[in-house]
Amino acid sequence: MIRVAVIGAAGYIGGELLRLLITHPKVEVVGAVSSRFPGKRVDGVHPNLRSFTDLLFCAPEDLEECDVVFLATPHRAAMTQIDHWNDRAKLVIDLTGDFRLDDTEVYEQYYGTEHAAPHLLDDFVPGIPELYRDDLRGADLISVPGCMAVAGVLALYPLVERDLVDSSAQFDARTGSSGSGATAGEGNLHAERSGAMRVFAPTGHRHEAEISRHLGIPAAMTATGVEAVRGVQTICHAELQPGVDTSEVRRAFREQYRDEPFVRLVAQQRGTFRYPEPKILVGSNFCDVGYAVDEEAGRLSTIAALDNLMKGGAGNAIQCLNVRMGWPESLGLSFPGLHPV
Amino acid sequence: MTQQMTTVRTCPECEDEVQIRDSARLNEIVECAGCRSELEIVALSPVVLVLAPEVEEDWGE
Repeated sequence: MIRVAVIGAAGYIGGELLRLLITHPKVEVVGAVSSRFPGKRVDGVHPNLRSFTDLLFCAPEDLEECDVVFLATPHRAAMTQIDHWNDRAKLVIDLTGDFRLDDTEVYEQYYGTEHAAPHLLDDFVPGIPELYRDDLRGADLISVPGCMAVAGVLALYPLVERDLVDSSAQFDARTGSSGSGATAGEGNLHAERSGAMRVFAPTGHRHEAEISRHLGIPAAMTATGVEAVRGVQTICHAELQPGVDTSEVRRAFREQYRDEPFVRLVAQQRGTFRYPEPKILVGSNFCDVGYAVDEEAGRLSTIAALDNLMKGGAGNAIQCLNVRMGWPESLGLSFPGLHPV
Repeated sequence: MTQQMTTVRTCPECEDEVQIRDSARLNEIVECAGCRSELEIVALSPVVLVLAPEVEEDWGE
């Protein structure tokens, strides 16, 4: 058993990490750090964990040494405290935005602040097993990407990798309310949020920069909050290279994801769920990807869906841990989702 | 338990593999697991699959 701790354990991502780690067969959770709730029961904040744990939140300074820390703190807290947490554990898996970009100028452009630990940017391995599995096996610092970025990257990567699309792409991302965190705000009032389709980032969303980084092409992204608690759906629009047809697109997806435990190709001719749909992925670590080709126009739409707290966050982090430790990649992540839900 | 013998064919819609039981009959409709297209078996030796005709609406007019 390895000993792990979650920093920022009272948030939604922190709670999801605890849910997965407490039931993981090779892990013992020794710390749930919260600066807001030290001494309080974890299952008071995360009631789904009742009878699964008697753990109490602890203050940051009270965390003992362990093998792995997961950082689920607000953005900017990770980069200012990274040395402290790295002293507590050799392996750090960061779920904040602080180490997702490898270029300080791009970071400043998207986050509007200077980076506090630029010397570490190159040391963090991106937590996308589908792209960086070999690097993750030897990583001691892992940065898990944003939820809409994971969906966007997985939606287009097979085609970019094979040079089947033009050199830029547009991404239209929709997300549920849990993506904006557990902190109350005026915009999160039920009366304001319910029924809204709020375009909260028509340009310049931070995940846009991550998509560009991992795909190596300019990406433009819009982000819209929709009527759901969990879930991300990202639709990508791109121009195909001349002569590329449906069959070639299909083959690219099949070859790329054939052996991936958590990426499923969903592009069906019949049924209610013909294309990737976040609704049936709630609680699961799958990212479903699909495509549709307009051969006459030379245009392509790809679709990816995931649970933002799972493959878009905590689940992906556990998958990275499994890869890093050499364990079966699906360990502790076998929940298939719910239907109906 | 006896294992069903199967023949593997390619889906004419999505090129995924489709398993056809050796006990399958002519004109039987099978479903492709990849794209969920309905496929009709139009020959048995060897097995030939084509897209099954869509059921068309008939409003009796």
